[in-house]
Amino acid sequence: MFHTYVLVCGGTGCDSNHSGEVIETFKSKIKEAGLEDEVQVVATGCQGLCAKGPIVVVHPGAVYYQEITPAKAAVIVDEHIVKGRVVDKYRLTEETADESGSLSINDSNFYKQQVRIALRNCGLINPEDIREYIGTGGYEALGKVLTEMTPDEVIQVILDSGLRGRGGAGFPTGKKWKFASGNRGKVQKYVCCNADEGDPGAFMDRSVLEGDPHSVLEAMAIAGYAIGADQGYIYVRAEYPIAVKRLKIAIKQAEEYGLLGDNIFDSGFNFRIELRLGAGAFVCGEETALMTSIEGNRGEPHPRPPFPAVKGLFQSPTILNNVETYANIPEIINKGAEWFSSMGTETSKGTKVFALGGKVNNTGLVEIPMGTTLREVIEDIGGGVANGKKFKAAQTGGPSGGCIPYTYYDIPIDYENLKSIGCMMGSGGLIVMDEDTCMVDIAKFFLEFTVSESCGKCTACRIGTRRMLEILTKITEGKGEMEDLDKLEYLAKYVQANSLCGLGQTAPNPVLSTLRYFRDEYVAHIKEKRCPAGVCKALLRYEIDPDKCKGCTLCARNCPVNAISGEVKKPHVINTAVCIKCGACMDNCRFGAITRK
Amino acid sequence: MKVSNVPFKGTREQEVRLNKVIESHKDEKGALMPIMQEAQEIYGYLPYEVQKMISDGTGIPIEKIYGVATFYAQFTMSPKGENEVSVCLGTACYVKGAAAILDALEEELGIKDGECTSDRKFSLDTCRCVGACGLAPVFIVNGEVYGKATPDKVHEIIQKYR
Repeated sequence: MFHTYVLVCGGTGCDSNHSGEVIETFKSKIKEAGLEDEVQVVATGCQGLCAKGPIVVVHPGAVYYQEITPAKAAVIVDEHIVKGRVVDKYRLTEETADESGSLSINDSNFYKQQVRIALRNCGLINPEDIREYIGTGGYEALGKVLTEMTPDEVIQVILDSGLRGRGGAGFPTGKKWKFASGNRGKVQKYVCCNADEGDPGAFMDRSVLEGDPHSVLEAMAIAGYAIGADQGYIYVRAEYPIAVKRLKIAIKQAEEYGLLGDNIFDSGFNFRIELRLGAGAFVCGEETALMTSIEGNRGEPHPRPPFPAVKGLFQSPTILNNVETYANIPEIINKGAEWFSSMGTETSKGTKVFALGGKVNNTGLVEIPMGTTLREVIEDIGGGVANGKKFKAAQTGGPSGGCIPYTYYDIPIDYENLKSIGCMMGSGGLIVMDEDTCMVDIAKFFLEFTVSESCGKCTACRIGTRRMLEILTKITEGKGEMEDLDKLEYLAKYVQANSLCGLGQTAPNPVLSTLRYFRDEYVAHIKEKRCPAGVCKALLRYEIDPDKCKGCTLCARNCPVNAISGEVKKPHVINTAVCIKCGACMDNCRFGAITRK
Repeated sequence: MKVSNVPFKGTREQEVRLNKVIESHKDEKGALMPIMQEAQEIYGYLPYEVQKMISDGTGIPIEKIYGVATFYAQFTMSPKGENEVSVCLGTACYVKGAAAILDALEEELGIKDGECTSDRKFSLDTCRCVGACGLAPVFIVNGEVYGKATPDKVHEIIQKYR
């Protein structure tokens, strides 16, 4: 029997920070101490607080250690595990602890406002061992639906729960299942899982797959039973090697335990799941494109109707849900629709997982009830904007979404509210931007993305986005004119109206939303030839303050293009015609005499 | 998509492996992409010659294979360097200064994004989000992720691979 558990985060963030070596150190040191039968080391999925990784939690007591190296791991074994003395200096720092100084995981500001449903097992169980999933109640929901419920009852529970698609659009999941439920047993049907998390800056689905892959498999089997399908496909990004590996292990174990395959729970229900690796195309997040890709083609979307529920993968009725949507399903079955719908707002039930990133202190993964305000997410859970800077905007929905300005800092987050301010829920990327972020540059960044990811099928999207990018580039280079803003708006509406799929229809959103809330920044670029955030290189100007310059010549010696001249011990000057704006002079000046404007 | 001028040098052993892959996916619906992914693992890239072998082995027209190869970012038709360097340009990394990391790497290696050094020691690419947003900005060398990168650190890290 184990009396102590050491949970080491093995998510991508911590793994990149060498948590693998930390795990090895724990194992070898514990063995050295002769405690391998009493202390268990578990590699878990993402625990959320990626900024402080690698994260280690020791139970009992849920003692939370951060930024653990192999050397620190050795100390924890000697002190905490062997002698029972918690190593305070490695524990979570004050930033994430509450006023009482309590530093246990559940008391920290980062965790206490979170409600973890989709992430319920992430960071708690070993994702590579099906017994741990079963130990926390896993596959009970599947057993329940197969032995106690009819397929229609299952769909009714999902309908009643109010669960909506977590991939971005927010379509009611139960409705989707109902559409595909006709002719059960008479036609071939498929259940697909969209794990092609293409939004740059989002890693919710990856974390669920890495931390709790069985929850997705179980939910897909439940969906299969509900609509009458015996085959599932998971379309997962090849860029997520850890997720792919754990899914493969999970599928194999589930088959060995008879939880996938033929005659599951002696019910006569058969269900199998295959993996398909995406090959890096954002458009494949769109449902028809994803299915075309699984079929082995270029991932181009096609018009709806027919909807996938009627004619989807291999021309058969198909349902496609996102990873996070599936992760909610077993809990809804176990605890009931009423429990789930008691959380959230009028139209958006349950919780939402966000990947909190950008200029915020606690970057990581958070799950909050719908209706939580942006302020609570960023200030309380996120620990505020990094480096004491001022909040400018939060970006949600990635290349399809928009920016939320400070005016709406207190808006409760749900599907309708975000839509009403020209934004969208999206799949859950939430990037915080501060005063040093240029909104024109961000709009340009997202358009560069959509330009390169447009599949090329629709002219409006293929060419329209490119023209928009050209205009934005012109503005960031200081060559813009005021008419360009009208042209941008015209083009944006044209692309929205004339594109077939979600990629094109939403591609102009980052431009429209920044134009709506940060028009003054566009105008500053055009009229004053100035980038207020100091990002757009072509508009920057470096100057030396003659009062502060001591004439040490350090800047001149470091200038790669010899743009700085002056005599020793006398103020220097920068020749702006030669200057390439690399900033080397500013980095080297010891007197703070050089400013960037 | 960049098509390389480097002559194709496939070995007999690679061909045997590829044929095994094609055989193992026989009669499977929508098997083209898995086959191409495994082929790229065997050869490191998908030059015309490899696409032709897949076409011959599966009966799928070469133009369809070429279409798929050029559609997806994962497939490449030019070889990679001995050391593959990739900079994440996802939003979280971008906001935290990934553009400066790319500049520093281009300068350090003397090549542009998508290119390979003439001695084939290094190739440089950009990617969209590896999911390590908590460590932004990141770049990756041979699968090893370097987080919280700065232009200064680039030189030091690349030296390790020289």
